[in-house]
Amino acid sequence: MSSLPLADLFDLFLRFLMLSLLSIGGAMSTAPEMHRFLVAERGWLDDADFTTAIALAQAAPGPNVLFVPVLGFQVAGVVGAAAALVGILLPSTLLSLGVSRWGAQRRDTPAVRAFTAGLAPVSVGLVFATGWLLSLPFIAAPDHRLGALALIAATMAVTLKTRLAPIWMIVVGATVGGLGWV
Amino acid sequence: MTPATPDHPRPHSPWHLFIAFTVLALQGFGGVLAVAQRELVDRRRWMTREEFVDAYSVAQLLPGPNVVNLSLMLGDRFFGWRGAFAAISGMLLAPLVLVIVLAASYNQLASFPAVAGALRGMGAVAAGLILAMALKMLGTLRRNALGPLLCALLGLTTLVAVTVFRAPLAWVVIGLGTAGWCLARWRIARREGARP
Repeated sequence: MSSLPLADLFDLFLRFLMLSLLSIGGAMSTAPEMHRFLVAERGWLDDADFTTAIALAQAAPGPNVLFVPVLGFQVAGVVGAAAALVGILLPSTLLSLGVSRWGAQRRDTPAVRAFTAGLAPVSVGLVFATGWLLSLPFIAAPDHRLGALALIAATMAVTLKTRLAPIWMIVVGATVGGLGWV
Repeated sequence: MTPATPDHPRPHSPWHLFIAFTVLALQGFGGVLAVAQRELVDRRRWMTREEFVDAYSVAQLLPGPNVVNLSLMLGDRFFGWRGAFAAISGMLLAPLVLVIVLAASYNQLASFPAVAGALRGMGAVAAGLILAMALKMLGTLRRNALGPLLCALLGLTTLVAVTVFRAPLAWVVIGLGTAGWCLARWRIARREGARP
């Protein structure tokens, strides 16, 4: 964590502002471009820093976009974290607010109804794909495969059959994982 | 959309939204989306499953993190820009502080095997939550204007494109989304043409 010159900090902020409008499907889709900028072009971070930022954001609670402020933090401390987070969110947030208000006024027109109807199956397919990709490491690793698959299945059953808050399932997962059962 | 009724409650204030989004964000290990659907639809009932799928579909297509866009839309619907700001702040503020503290102390934590095991267990629960959410979203397609066959075709193509071919997400959403939009326009036009 070095203290970055103000000009470089502003440069990082501008880069992330531009990436924000390209982050269709989430900030993670711009991770390769951030890697190119921070690691290859500027040399502010190395590969291990970059991977750690993504792993931490996925392990910690909250949206995965938080890997972006972690990258900023690694580059320039708390100020870097703030610059990266505001940069990656401001343009996309303003655009989304505008588009969702525009769409809400035209909710009953055939074009907007067709838009949500046509996208819904794609969204459902994407959520299944995410579930599959998240399960894949547990299916691929032979260690504790049965325990992990049982935990995934139990979580699904509890979610579908009860109204239990997810935090309790997470606590159970962390406990059995910490004991080395999954 | 549905007005406030006992069956369909709404938040009392932006502050209430902020607290609700903080609570749900802090439960979102490995992704917030499944927790958001559980808290906002199943538990608080601020949205129906259909509204959630609609909002998520739009959030998906716009740039920016889906869950942040989703919070923004829900907050805006209840309290305008103040609600949007409250929801996004709730979604981000507490997790941001936590993740930065974690990043600052990462090197000491990573040496404990129990920590690695606990993260693995939490990852498995996160996968289960997402899969259960996908199954719930599947039910909302029953009333979709596309009809069951086209829905299955679009959904399965999406799944295969992302998992087997690892296609870039932007291409999948724009390509298949445009196909879905055209098909839905055609189906809606035909159905409404049949009963003028």
